[in-house]
Amino acid sequence: MSERAQRLLELADDELILGWRDSEWTGIAPSLEEDVAFSSIAQNEIGHARALYELAARDLGTTADALAFDRSPDEYRSAPLVELRRLDWARTIARHWLYETADELRLAELKSSDDAEVAGLAAKMDREEVYHRMHAQMWAGRLRGEERFESAVEELWPYALGVLAPEQRAALAKRVGRDEVEAVERGTHSDELRELWEEMTMVRRSVPGATW
Amino acid sequence: MIFEVFRQERRGQAFAHAGSIAAPDAEFAEAWAREQYGRRQESEALWVVPREAIREVHDFPDELNKTYHRVDGYSLKAKLKEARERAGTAAP
Repeated sequence: MSERAQRLLELADDELILGWRDSEWTGIAPSLEEDVAFSSIAQNEIGHARALYELAARDLGTTADALAFDRSPDEYRSAPLVELRRLDWARTIARHWLYETADELRLAELKSSDDAEVAGLAAKMDREEVYHRMHAQMWAGRLRGEERFESAVEELWPYALGVLAPEQRAALAKRVGRDEVEAVERGTHSDELRELWEEMTMVRRSVPGATW
Repeated sequence: MIFEVFRQERRGQAFAHAGSIAAPDAEFAEAWAREQYGRRQESEALWVVPREAIREVHDFPDELNKTYHRVDGYSLKAKLKEARERAGTAAP
């Protein structure tokens, strides 16, 4: 697999799995308004995943759906941060804020890529991510200083570092105001991903090869 | 706090009341209004206004029945008919 396809899959898998995890709040978010907002953010992430899978699928001679749903859990390239099972709200916001902060750095790099397709898609995604970041910062600002939020950031920090390539981690540490620690790297998956995968691919597996 | 949201559907159109949002501050209200009333591209722009900023005015007494203040105080139909008769022209 080309390095480009590999990179695209990492990104796409992060966005798909986080989109799924965030969508687990639909119907039970802290307020009706937040329910709509967070569900909408989840849908955006899945939309980004689709666009990324489509690019990767062309390189790999397959389809976006096949990449999203037909691989085995072990083949996913997502970062462990996005795989964690539905957390309480403070931990969800801690993850959201850490992920969006990391994602901003990652997208900034991709936007200046020599690969025009990747740069173009990154710019498109970033125009939506601006509002995700506003949302994340707004909530992080509100919960900052709360014990549950602070301990969640502490706990998830090594996972957040694992979202980025090693050379980008110092910038993240600076932005978040924390010291770099050993990251929880991509490539290993918890049982939580397998559970999610079972649910996520259930309908598609029920009638293999069907056109939906 | 309650915020009232007004929505402009197309550029140049008047803003119309869309609904209200309960939010802890203006920043949350903006973010939530954006998702609630803009995520499907259904709005050109929004006004998000704290409810306290709105002065509701109601109760407009008309004790002496001054119908000449009102459009329905002038029945044009009858007057038009008279004028046509005077001029000797039929209704179109």
